[in-house]
Amino acid sequence: MSDTRDTILSRLRTNRPHAVPAPDVYRKPLNWDREQCITSFTERMQAVRGEVHRVGRNAWIDWINTEIPCRDMTRALIGHGAIAENFAAGASAAFELTRYDRKIEEWKDVLFHEIDFAITGSLAGLAESGSLVLWPDTSEPRLMSLAPPLHIALLEADRLYENFAQMIEQEDWADGMPTNALLISGPSKTADIEQTLAYGIHGPKALITLILE
Amino acid sequence: MPAPERAYFFATCLIDLLYPKAGLAGMQLIRRAGVEVIFPEDQTCCGQPAFNSGYRDEALAVARAQLACFRRDIPVVVPSGSCAGMIKAHWPELFAGQPDEAQALAVAARTYELTEFLVDVLDIQLADLGEPVKIAVHTSCSARREMGVADCIQTLLAQLDKVEVLTQDREAECCGFGGTFAVKQADIAGAMVKDKTDALRATGAERVISQDCGCLMNIGGAFEHQGDGPATQHVAEFLLERTS
Amino acid sequence: MNQTREFHHRIDDALHNDQLRSNFRSAMTGVMERRAQQFPDDDQLQALREQAQAVRANSLVKQPELLERLEQKLTENGIQVHWAEGSEQANAIIHGILEAAGAKTVVKGKSMVSEETELNQYLEQRGIQIIESDLGEYIIQLAKEPPSHIVMPAVHKNRFEVAELFREFHPDIPYTEDVDELTQTARQVLRTRFANADAGVSGVNFAVAETGTLCLVENEGNGRLSTTAPRLHIAITGIEKVVEKLSDVPPLLEILTKSATGQPITTYFNMISRPRQPNELDGPEAVHLVLLDNGRSRIRVDEELLDTLRCIRCGACINHCPVYVQLGGHAYGTVYPGPIGIALEPQRLGLDQAGTLTSACTMCGACAEVCPVKIPLPKLINRLRAESVNEQRTTTPLSGRGSLRKPSEATIWKLWSRLNSHPRLYRMFTFAATRLRWLTPGKLGAWTRYRSAPRPARQSLHDLARKEGFSNE
Repeated sequence: MSDTRDTILSRLRTNRPHAVPAPDVYRKPLNWDREQCITSFTERMQAVRGEVHRVGRNAWIDWINTEIPCRDMTRALIGHGAIAENFAAGASAAFELTRYDRKIEEWKDVLFHEIDFAITGSLAGLAESGSLVLWPDTSEPRLMSLAPPLHIALLEADRLYENFAQMIEQEDWADGMPTNALLISGPSKTADIEQTLAYGIHGPKALITLILE
Repeated sequence: MPAPERAYFFATCLIDLLYPKAGLAGMQLIRRAGVEVIFPEDQTCCGQPAFNSGYRDEALAVARAQLACFRRDIPVVVPSGSCAGMIKAHWPELFAGQPDEAQALAVAARTYELTEFLVDVLDIQLADLGEPVKIAVHTSCSARREMGVADCIQTLLAQLDKVEVLTQDREAECCGFGGTFAVKQADIAGAMVKDKTDALRATGAERVISQDCGCLMNIGGAFEHQGDGPATQHVAEFLLERTS
Repeated sequence: MNQTREFHHRIDDALHNDQLRSNFRSAMTGVMERRAQQFPDDDQLQALREQAQAVRANSLVKQPELLERLEQKLTENGIQVHWAEGSEQANAIIHGILEAAGAKTVVKGKSMVSEETELNQYLEQRGIQIIESDLGEYIIQLAKEPPSHIVMPAVHKNRFEVAELFREFHPDIPYTEDVDELTQTARQVLRTRFANADAGVSGVNFAVAETGTLCLVENEGNGRLSTTAPRLHIAITGIEKVVEKLSDVPPLLEILTKSATGQPITTYFNMISRPRQPNELDGPEAVHLVLLDNGRSRIRVDEELLDTLRCIRCGACINHCPVYVQLGGHAYGTVYPGPIGIALEPQRLGLDQAGTLTSACTMCGACAEVCPVKIPLPKLINRLRAESVNEQRTTTPLSGRGSLRKPSEATIWKLWSRLNSHPRLYRMFTFAATRLRWLTPGKLGAWTRYRSAPRPARQSLHDLARKEGFSNE
């Protein structure tokens, strides 16, 4: 197989096309302040049926305790770390809490069929596209934001970037990428049948972002 | 650029044989604006039919035979977006590496589509002497995308105050002529011209005007075959008629 | 001219299918409008296209170095890299990986490259169950049809046809024609498959050499599920998909989603750089990337034709093509339809296999106008026409050069050339044509099937110019 590799590479090295100027780094400065970022993020999310609420930094647990049980969702999934501990300490008795604390192979069926919602944090948000940025890890694994029908994400208000180009550059993503990095821009959707938009296909049917201030 | 004293007129083979009155109208419009129009007798064709069929050597032979006709450093005016586009956009490719490449590029550099010449170079002013009329405009794909002169025909028509321009659905969609395409893929072309004629007819326009006789031959011919539809006319003929 | 005759049969079928053409007309109109809404400012659009073109052109110039760097970084990250020259080899590699892992069930995200290699059939023949998870791909898998569009594979089907398919294959679920309910059926049916599949197979939208990262774009979540839930993930991509830097990604992502579906961004953008790490609780434990050539390195040898490889598979050219909307995707008979199809497939498969496709183009330029990476599609298609009728034009490594040359047509063009390069001969011809115009036949073959026959004027413009006193010199 290294033969194949060599064959392909040597063919690519023959007749090299003429050099072209290296592309400029793409920047799209919008010069938005925090309020404008929050407004844009909210509008873009809402345009694709994402729910967005601004809550006090210490009020998000109360918000979930008040708003979620009446949606008939009580089986909650949390990970580890500050968000998980705080929620565990303050969660309404209406909720049944599960922790994501073992390998997925050991409890796949429960995750896929018996969890109503998961609560995660986020690394940041992108205002222009209305996107949450997640770097899932051991404390909040990948499937938390994917398998349950509802995903609730906490976003710090001062962690809103204008756009992806800005974030990649300012946080020097090129220095090292995680196992998995995600941009999540709404609940899952499809338009594969007659180009008619339908929400909630394979990923979460609903996405709630709580902007913490 | 200031208005030139004289200009060449490139008939295009289609107009020469099938729609000479359109060509003559173009020449008369330019002459009326005070420019001497030169019609080199030895001109024939820009080479496009062969070029689009893949026969580039044959296209080159024909294209190069035009160079001797347009030697002087004066504009070459072409009453067709398609043929002007061939000269401007494709002669550079066709003549690349050829001994007469520089000559061809020189001709291409001073080639104008007719409405482009009337608006951008002559800035002609028109007074409408005709009766009120509703028209639709079909801009050829070449005029629109290769020559970028869709706005020129609109500018000229906007000067005619008794002419109402109606807009058809899917205005920018190809009519299906495509030169040899209409013969090589006749049934696809037939489907495309049907959609185009349906859209034009639906506007209620009395006439369809265009910068390109190829499209008009396609669209007008389809209207005739279908048995009803607006008349079709080249923009030069229409402008001359309205202003004489 | 077997390929020509077969193409005409497929065209014929397509043009007679009114339902199909109506489906396509409404689908294409909608997707064009949605794209236009994403680009209200033309200056910004053109600047973004310049940027995207520069990124892709740069990647192609540096391609061998970038592929080596990509391989190096991926390997450091723990992702295993394989190279495949052609379809057979790619399929065998993937099958080998599945077999070694004891994988019997595969859940698949969308991959046009896997259509090239016919991976699904290959694996099914070897006893591996493979299910498409993207809704559009799932629908056509049930219907046993190939995709008719590179982004919207089931665009040719209406809801009634989908309802029928679901009735047939999910008899336990009550019949419905409601799009939301059909969507929920797909969610329900595929959910267990995601959870229980032994392996996931996916394509790749961009492969970043700088960091060793595979990027995937999607709306449904099936891509993330296929690449996260099973223990094994195999990605397959064409070698031209590599980009140099992470900073190359944002402009490509932006112009891809806006051009493809008229969205500012897709629901998910998934960036994979590693398999599951020792302390992580989910994600595949093994991740593989298959780099497929399948003719791409040969295309790159030609300085003009290599522009074809800039393609980021957005489908905008297909959406804007006035021929595609009349035919739909299946008529082309190739993996890639529409303008990118007729530019790429004759190069990939040979002019002797697919060269006839180049006739399905009016050179209108609508495709080039919207291409996010500014591929000059009409120019490439015209070049392929020239190569198909003349073997000796160039020595480019394109198979089947000259294979569409017909001696009768070549003769006609030779005569045409002689006529039009000899002014006196030309004037004699036009004189005869005008004076004998009454001899013009009323039926002119295919032309008069749809239009009246043109007839020479009484006098040529040459005649009129002379008469009206226009000087010759």
